[in-house]
Order: sequence, then C-alpha cells, then structure tokens
Amino acid sequence: MSYIPHTDAERQEMLAAIGLESMEDMYSDLPEAARFPDLALPDPASEMEVIEELQLLSQANLHVRQTSCFLGAGAYNHYVPSVVDHVLLRNEFYTAYTPYQPEVSQGTLQAIFEFQSLITFLTGMEVANASHYDGATSLAEAAILALNHHRGKRSKIVLSSGIHPQYREVLRTYLQGQQLEIVGDDSLEQDLTSLVDAETSMIAVQYPDFFGNIQDLKALGDAAQEAGALLCVVANPIALGMLKPPSEFGADIVVGEGQPLGIPLSFGGPYIGFFATKQEYVRNIAGRLVAETLDTRGQRGYVLALAPREQHIRRERATSNICTNQGLMALAVTAYLSTVGRSGLKQVAELCFHKAHYAAQAINQLDRYKLWNQDPFFHEFVVHCPRPVAEINAALLDHDIIGGYDLGRDYPELDNHMLIAVTELNYKEEIDELVEALNEHA
Amino acid sequence: MNTLEPNVYELSTEGRPSHRFPDLDVPAAELPAGMLRDHLELPELSELEVVRHFVRLSQLNIGIDTAFYPLGSCTMKYNPKVNEDAARLPGFAHTHPLQDTRVLQGNLALMFTLQEWLAEIGGFAAIGLQPAAGAHGELTGILMIRAYHQDRGDTNRNKILVPDSAHGTNPATTTMSGLRVVELPSDARGNVDLEALRAECDDTVAGLMLTNPNTLGLFEEHVEEVIKLVHDCGGLVYGDGANMNALLGVIRPGDLGFDVLHYNLHKTFSTPHGGGGPGSGPVGVTESLVDYLPGPIVGIVEAGDDDLPPLYGMVMPEKTIGRVKAFHGHFGMHVRAFAYIRSNGKSGMRDIADHAVLNANYLLAGLRDTYRVPFDRTCMHEFVVEGKIENAPQIHAFDICKRLMDYGFHPPTYYFPLIVREALMIEPTETETKATMDAFIEAMKSIAQEAENDPEKLQTAPHTTPSGRLDEILAAKQLVLCCRPAELGLVES
Repeated sequence: MSYIPHTDAERQEMLAAIGLESMEDMYSDLPEAARFPDLALPDPASEMEVIEELQLLSQANLHVRQTSCFLGAGAYNHYVPSVVDHVLLRNEFYTAYTPYQPEVSQGTLQAIFEFQSLITFLTGMEVANASHYDGATSLAEAAILALNHHRGKRSKIVLSSGIHPQYREVLRTYLQGQQLEIVGDDSLEQDLTSLVDAETSMIAVQYPDFFGNIQDLKALGDAAQEAGALLCVVANPIALGMLKPPSEFGADIVVGEGQPLGIPLSFGGPYIGFFATKQEYVRNIAGRLVAETLDTRGQRGYVLALAPREQHIRRERATSNICTNQGLMALAVTAYLSTVGRSGLKQVAELCFHKAHYAAQAINQLDRYKLWNQDPFFHEFVVHCPRPVAEINAALLDHDIIGGYDLGRDYPELDNHMLIAVTELNYKEEIDELVEALNEHA
Repeated sequence: MNTLEPNVYELSTEGRPSHRFPDLDVPAAELPAGMLRDHLELPELSELEVVRHFVRLSQLNIGIDTAFYPLGSCTMKYNPKVNEDAARLPGFAHTHPLQDTRVLQGNLALMFTLQEWLAEIGGFAAIGLQPAAGAHGELTGILMIRAYHQDRGDTNRNKILVPDSAHGTNPATTTMSGLRVVELPSDARGNVDLEALRAECDDTVAGLMLTNPNTLGLFEEHVEEVIKLVHDCGGLVYGDGANMNALLGVIRPGDLGFDVLHYNLHKTFSTPHGGGGPGSGPVGVTESLVDYLPGPIVGIVEAGDDDLPPLYGMVMPEKTIGRVKAFHGHFGMHVRAFAYIRSNGKSGMRDIADHAVLNANYLLAGLRDTYRVPFDRTCMHEFVVEGKIENAPQIHAFDICKRLMDYGFHPPTYYFPLIVREALMIEPTETETKATMDAFIEAMKSIAQEAENDPEKLQTAPHTTPSGRLDEILAAKQLVLCCRPAELGLVES
C-alpha cells in the first residue's frame, strides 16, 4: 500500500517541467557507487494484510484488560473516559505540527494554555510549561534548571532513593557530560537533610515515593531553603486529587509523569512529563510555553512565548535542546481533567486509596506475607513475600493475574519484596482473588 | 473579552455534575489526616460541554488533513489512518511496560523487526528505539560519541563541528553534552566549506554533526570527503536524519560513513506530529558504537527453529550510556512506523523518496521565476527561496506566509536556515498531487503580484483565518501563562 497519488502521465509532465529525462537524473549529486541499494525489506502489503499481521502480533501479548493488573511502578492502569480518545482523533489536532503559525493554530495553542493552567493548579505552583517527553526527562530538566539557576556554581544534586529508579538513571545519563556529584540514593536509610549543604543545587524526592509512602516534606523543604538549594518534587498527579500539593512543602519545582491522566499504558509510551515551578524561574524553564495575547482584531489569542530561551535562536546558549513538547498527550491530559473535573479526580484518588488499603490489609493478614510500609501510603504498597517475586508472579499468571513489581531488581536490600498497585479498575472480587492466589503460592 | 472560544475555567460551573466512576465496593480506610488538600482548582463541565469545547478548538487549527502543509524540514506527509487503528489495538495499547517479556512477545517481535528494518534502510549495524524525538536522538548520539572517546582514554576531544546551516538543536545538544561547538561556514554551493573544515580537524575533534541533505534541501556534494577528513583526525560523524525522506532506498547514510544517525519517525515514517509531539527519534549506529546504545534494546535471547519462533528479550548494551527515557521509548509510534514500512515495503521506500524529490523540484521549477533561489541546483525533498519581491521592498517573508493562509495553505517554514535572508523553506512531500502544487504555485505568483499592486493586503494578512496577527510583544510583556492568573497573585485582579 502506497500513499503516492501520481499517475504516469503526471510523472512525465512533471519531469518535463523540471527539465529532466528520468527520476534517476535527480540524484546526480549523490556518490554513484552508493546509489540505489538493494534493501532487504519485505514486499509491499495491502492495508488489509497489514492490519491482519498487526492484529496477530498484538494477540501474541497478554494485556491488562484480559487480566487483573496489580503492576504499577510508574505506569498505571486507569480508566480513560471515551471522550478523551475522541478528542485525540480530531484530525485538525493530530495532523498539525508545532504551532509556529498562531493564526491557524489557535486550537493547539489554547489547549496547551489550558494544560499549563490545569497543571499549575493541580501542583499548586505558579507556572507550568507545555510538557516534556516523560516524567524521567522532566526530572532531568529540573536538574538542569537548578544548575543554571546557580550559574554552575553548585555542583551537587541530592536524590532520594525513593525516586523511580529509571528516573534517576535518566538524570545521570543526561548529566554525564557535566562535572557533578549526585548523592543520596545509594541506600534506603540515607538522611537527605544531612546531605544538603552550600554546594547543593537541587534536592529531589518523590511524592508519594516509589514505595507508595506519603511523607510530609516540610522539613526537607525548610532545609533546602536554608541552604539555598531548590526542592524538586516528583509527584503522582492522581494522588494530587486528594493530597496536599507539593507547594505546601516549599517545592520550587514539581515534575511528574502525566500518563495516569488519560493516557493508555501503551507499553511505556508515548507518555508526558509535566513541569511546574515558581514564576521567578520562568526564564530558566526549558521547552515550550504558551502565553495569552491579543490579535489585530482585538480578540484574545495565544502564542508561543519566550522563544529567545530556545535553541533555534540561542543555539549553543539555549536552556535545553528540546524543541517540541508532547502536544497530543497534553491534549489528552487536558481532555481528561476537563471531563473528570474537580470531583472526579478526587473520587479516582480516593477509590485508589481505599482499594489499595483493603488489599494491603488482607495481604498483611496472610501468614507468610507482611506489609513493609511504615508510613501512610497512597495506591501502592510493598509486601515482603515468602518466595522470590518472579516465582510468585509466574504462578499468578496462571490465575490471569499480573502481579506487582519485583523490587529486588533495583534494590538489593529488597529481595523478595513486591510493589503492588491498586487502581479504580480493580474491583473487590479481583483483589480477593489476588489475596487468595498469593496465599496459595506462599 | 472578545474571544474565539472561552477557556475551560470560564466554561466551568460550580457543582456541575461531571464524569462518574463506580461506587466504592470495599470498606473505606482512614484518610491520612494532615496530608489532605483542602482546595483543588479544577473545572467542572458536563460531557457535552467538554466535547463542544474541544471540537470548536480543533476547528481553529489547520492540519495535514485539512490543507497543504509544506512546512520545510518537518515532512508533513499524510498520516495513514490504519496506523492509528493499529496503535489502538488492545493487545498493544493495554500492555504494561514492566510486564514479564515472555507474555509480551508480540511487542518485542514488533520492536525487533522495526530495529532490523531501520538498520537496513539506514545501513547501520544496530538501532536504539528509546529516544522520544529528534532532539532527544541527537543528545543520545552525541553522548555516545563522547562515551566512545572517553572509553578509549581519548579525553582531549571536546570539540563538535557544526555547519552554520544546521538546525539550532545541534549546537544546543552539544552544550548539553558538555562539549564545545565550533561553527563551520558554508561554501557558495551550499556545502560545508572544506578549507574551513580542514583547518579545524585536529586531535581535539570529538565529532561532526551533519544534516544531509542539508537544511537548504541540497545533497552535500563532498560528503565522502567531509566524512573522511573527520575520520582521519579521529572524530566520529553524527548524521541528523531530519531529511531522511529524500534518501529512502536511494542512499544509505551508513554506507557513506556516518557513524550514528537519528531517524524522525514522525517525519520520514508518517507518524502524526500531534500538534508538536509525541515524536520518536531512534538512533542507528555502526559497529563501533553498538555497545554504547541507550538500553535496553530488544534482542533474541533464545534462538528459534522451524517450529518455534525465537524468544525476544530486553538486553542492555555492554557499555551503554544509560537510559535516556523511562521504559522503552514511544512504543505507540513504533507500531505506526512498523505499519508504514510494512505497507510500503521494499519497492515503496524508493518510491517515497523519488516522489518527494520530484514534487520538490516541480515546485521549485514553478517558483524559480518569481522568487530568487539563492543556491539553485537540483534539490532533494525540499528547497529554500528568498521571500522578497523585487518591486516591493517593504514586503517580507513573514507577510507572504500570512497571506498564504488566506489562500487556504499552511505557510512554509520561514527565517530558517539562518544563512539565507528572508528564507522560505518549502517541503511538499510525496503524498501531494500535482494539482495541489499547481494551486500553490498560482497562489505564490498571485501573492507576488499583490505585493507590488496592493502591499497593504499582505501587511495586514491574514484576513480569513479565525484570528488575525497576534501580538507577540504583548505576550512576552504581560507573560500570562495560565487561566485565572489573578488567583495566583501574579497579576492585579
């Protein structure tokens, strides 16, 4: 199946207009010996064949809607109201590019402006950008903002081990070219406050943390402020439907993964990183920002703002190399939050909370399983298991249950510990079956 | 206020019933007192209000599906609808990234095959699918080049050579990677100036970033010599694959000596641009860089045989630069690109490039008499003209672009590349008909006449779009980035 519309006659007419004999003549600037390789690719296929092939591939997977899913660890199985995908399928949104020409892009621009607004109010901060690739890269961009804010004079970053392990990896990858000291996440017991000093550029924690714990971060916020370091909080946006926003702890930057707000799991992407901060740092924010203005007819409208921070103007002096955002994913979040609204988000958060606690309590009553969390938790919790997590998960699959995350993969001291996530999609019966199956395979 | 569409906060009514989730079916637990928020400023709309709002917003946009969109360097080709259906198949859309890979062999087989196909198309030894966009692929590539030299103890190499025609992300990426940018001038034919390059080639060169075809839409005539000069001084060559659409089945960057290149699945391989993302920017590498790829990547962990397919797994490259993203990249885009390559197949690749280049040269031929072409030779998939009209000095590329909207077209890229004054960068793509391009040529000619006869019509354009020209200076001055700024205390209410 090709999407090329040309007829033979048109091809000939066009070549004649150009003044060339054949298609090959267009490539005379190219090294002759390397031209026209014989590619080892399959022959073309019709649309009917392609979709059948893809259906077969997709059916070779076990997906979460065929099972009960208790796996989270940074990607969550939530219900997405139908409205959201219908909005995403509007051609004028998904087949447009970055709104460089605002007169014909007001739809995209206003949707991003609304996204910025929703994230600003959800996080309790003062300004949000148009988004980053995902939660992990948002955290890396937060570190870059903090380093730039201190003009490269503070070379230490303090990371909590309770931040998603992959986010910490990405941050280290991004910053490997800089001379920095990244500390704090080598053990679960680290007292972060004691690590914050005059060299510290940023201190970052997750809320609720990777193990589900809800911790009061006020003391940490005070310590950061005293040392002149920026506090970055990696937040779960569904949890913010019921929990205090990070601004109340003195957060300077709030980032996180927006996937729970209306984006399907899709094997890990595309997702969206949100990024909110205080007004005073607005000129250090990387990525796109949409601002309100007026047009020549006196109508309110929106444009991309503060482009001088960006790489197409500042080139090697830009705040970052990012030149897009996750536009369509920002639209999904905007449609989701507009649909569920104030009461809906709170309801989802509370459903997750109560169901997770019901599950935790029931599992903790089993003889050979023990709840590990000491603090209050949100919709994820850790269970100490009697056997390796991989073995238990393999057994759970026979019950059509996708078990939790094996924490031993990232934390050697947490071998045999399973991180279990519960969302509004898990009915009581599913939770009861999980508890029963865990007991059976103890 | 006079407004095209109220925002969601203005449409909100306190207490409006909205989406309903199921009732709680377990006993309620005790909420963590002291940690609960007392106020959540989200809007409250009915479902119909939400739908109308977003449909009305969509109608303020132009997309490929509504109009010709010749935005240079962005490859705004048709986005096949079956690709959207494929990405939404439940077996793909509802898979969790941390599930046991043994029950996700469909996803892994798809990613493995896409790795193989992209490697074959670009002439590379291996592919990493993790990068989320072109700029992200660039960062990945430059970090790999840096790691390669560091690993060999070659720690003096801190210089990346970047032609002056390069996209701004190239120098920005270099700085982010902790390396230094050295800019190279272009010669009179739009190629890298070989003398300037020769003068910079020493033992401090980490690499060169080269876009080929370059941002003028021209194939680098001395590409092999450029690459040899860099290799001879011990540097590696990074290819910006933004313009790969011109090369499909025509030439392979790997065969020319590029060491690493990023692909833009959202340009070359038809995944939708989504109003500015999500994109996808996989990197291809030659043997020398395979071990440095960001990981994990998909590999075969148990060979198959006649009866059994191979077992795919996630494998971490030996000297990886690390993860550049959580999980496995933009899988939804991988599905779409897979569908696209599978549809077009082997012969289709060359057809895509042929017709993209044919369309660009046809447009160039139609516009050459009206608009000055600064580097005039057979172009590849796009070209650059000057947006100046001889007898209308007050008219700028900006005005021409705004007027094009009244003719029902999305304007080309303007003021880029920086080395051409009043640049208009035009890329039609292969999916447009001759009739569409004829109409565009007519519009451009008509605008040139208007510029001479009625310049004000251009200077006040557009006239038929939902909004008129927007005041960017006012936007930067008041810097309102959020609905209800007064509630945040950011402006006086």
